[in-house]
Amino acid sequence: MALPSGSDPALARLSGVSHRYGNVLALDRLDLEVREGEVLAVLGPNGAGKTTAVSLLLGTLNLQTGGARVFGSAPDAAEVRLRRGAMLQVSGVPETLTVGEHLALFRAYYPSPLPTARLLAMAGLQELRDRRFGKLSGGQKQRVMFALALAGDPELVFLDEPTAGLDLDGRRRLWDEIRGLKAAGRTAVLTTHYLEEADALADRIAVIHRGRLIAEGSPEDIKSRTAGRVVRCVTTVTTETARAFPEAASADTKGQHLEVVTAQPEALLRRMFEIDPELSDLTVVGVGLEEAFLALTGDGVPGGNGEGVS
Amino acid sequence: MAAGADRALRRGPWWHVRIALLETRFQFLSSLRLPAFAVPTLLFPVFFYLFFAVVFQPGGPSLVAPTYMLATYGVFGVLGPSIFGFGVGLAQERDTGALLLKRTTPMPAGAFLFARVGTAGIFGAVVVAALFLLAGFAAGVELYRGQWFSLAGIILAAVLPFSAIGLAIGAWAKQQAAVAVVNLVFIGMSLISGLWVPIYMLPNVMQDIAVAFPTFHLGQLALKVIDLDLGGPVWFHLVLLGGQTAVCLAVAAAGFRRFSGR
Repeated sequence: MALPSGSDPALARLSGVSHRYGNVLALDRLDLEVREGEVLAVLGPNGAGKTTAVSLLLGTLNLQTGGARVFGSAPDAAEVRLRRGAMLQVSGVPETLTVGEHLALFRAYYPSPLPTARLLAMAGLQELRDRRFGKLSGGQKQRVMFALALAGDPELVFLDEPTAGLDLDGRRRLWDEIRGLKAAGRTAVLTTHYLEEADALADRIAVIHRGRLIAEGSPEDIKSRTAGRVVRCVTTVTTETARAFPEAASADTKGQHLEVVTAQPEALLRRMFEIDPELSDLTVVGVGLEEAFLALTGDGVPGGNGEGVS
Repeated sequence: MAAGADRALRRGPWWHVRIALLETRFQFLSSLRLPAFAVPTLLFPVFFYLFFAVVFQPGGPSLVAPTYMLATYGVFGVLGPSIFGFGVGLAQERDTGALLLKRTTPMPAGAFLFARVGTAGIFGAVVVAALFLLAGFAAGVELYRGQWFSLAGIILAAVLPFSAIGLAIGAWAKQQAAVAVVNLVFIGMSLISGLWVPIYMLPNVMQDIAVAFPTFHLGQLALKVIDLDLGGPVWFHLVLLGGQTAVCLAVAAAGFRRFSGR
C-alpha cells in the first residue's frame, strides 16, 4: 500500500471545514480523518451534514472554507479518482443498459480493475448480469451501485447511506458485502443514521450533529455513551428532582408524563418508587438516536434539530 | 496500486480514445433501446419526407419539392437526436445522480461529451441515409455526386451546433422540464426556420425571427448546395451560427458551474 505523500498518516482528511447552503450552515468547522485499513462510520441524524462531508471528499462539491485532502492530493485530482470508489446516496445509472454492460464501462476507467466475475460475486449479482438496470428491484440496484464502486479495485471506498431504503434482508446482505471489503484490507467510509449499522460494520465511529464532530471512538465507546433508556411515567417526582438523580442523563416533562433518559433504568426506578410509590403508566424504551445525540451534545433540547440538509 | 495509478496517468491519448469509443458504444445502445428516443428521432423525418415529398408531392410532379425537402428534412433529422440526446439525456443523468457518480470516477469529461455527440451523429447518419435512399429511388431526385456529399456533410456537421443547444437545456432544466423545453425548441425552431414548410411560404416576420436560430442557418447552408436557398452569403450564416453556438456553450458552462458550486 502506498503511503500518502507528506507525513500525514490519514488517507483522507477534512480540516476545519465549514459549508453553507444559503443561510443554512451544513458543516461547522468539521475535522474528520480516515485512517488506512479502517472502516469509519460517519453517524448522524438526517441533516447532520454527512453527505456534505462525503461530497467534499469526493470532489463533487466545491470547498468553501477549510481543507480537504485525499491521498495527500485535492479530492478531484486524476490520481485520486483512480484509487477511490464511491457509492452515492442519490444515484442511478441508465436503465436501458444491463448490469454487465455497466460493469464493463466502469472497469474500463481503471488501470487494474477487479475481474467481472469477482465483482458479480462480491455484490451477489451473478444471476443478474444480463438484466437491464431498470428491471431490477431497489435492493438489486443498490448492489449494482456497490459493485460499480468497487470496479477499479479502489484502496478507499465511500459508501453514502448504502442501505437507505432497503428492507431488512437487503440490508443484511449489503452488510455482509461491506464486511467482505474490510476483510480484503480496503479502507471504507460509511455514512449512516443507524447506530446499529455503524456498530455492526465500523472500526471507528465519528458522530456528526449539526455539522460538527461531537464524538469519535470505537463502537463500544460510542454505544456506552449513547445506549440509554427512556423511563416514562406519571409521577409526583418533579423534573428538577429527576435531573438531580445521579443516574439521569436528562429529564423533561411531556404533557402529564415525566421522561428521564438514563443508562441505569433499574437504579433510577428504585429511587423514583421510594419517593412516589403511586407512580403509574410506566414505560421503559430504548432511546432513539435523536435522544442519544442529545445526550452526547448535552444540549437537552428535545426535537431541536430542525435543519433539513443532507 | 499506486504504481498502477501512475501507469494510468501516463497512458495518454489512446486511453482517452478507448474510453470515448466505449462510452459512445454504450450511449448508442442505451438510446437505441429507449423507444421514446429511437422511434421519433428515426421515424419522424423519414415519414414526413415519405408523406410530403414522395406520396403527397405538393406542387405537382416536379422534382423541386422533393429536392428542397431532402435538405430541410435532413437538417430536421439530425436536430432530433442532437437536442433530445443532450437535452433530455443529460437532465436525466443529472436527476438520477449518474452524472455525479461519473464525476467521481476517472472518466474524462471529453469522453462523455464525445459519446453523446457521436450517438447523435450515428442516429443522424441513419436518418440521412434513409432520406437519401428515399429521395434517389422513390422520389427520383437527381443531384451531382458532389452535391450529395456536400449535402450529407453539412447535415451531419449540424450535430455540433444542435448538440450545443441540447447541452444548454440539459445543463439547466430538470428532466420533466427538459422534455417540455426540448419538444418546444424542436418543433418551434423547425417550423420557424422552414424545415417543415419552405420558409419563403411563411410570413416575412417569421423569416426575420428565424435568423436568431441555428436551424435556419443550417437549413439555408444545406439549401445552398442545391441553389434553393434565400440567397444570404455563406459567411453570414457561419458567423451567426458560430455566435449562437458560443452562446449555447456559455449557457451550458454556467449551468455546470452552478451544479458543482451549490
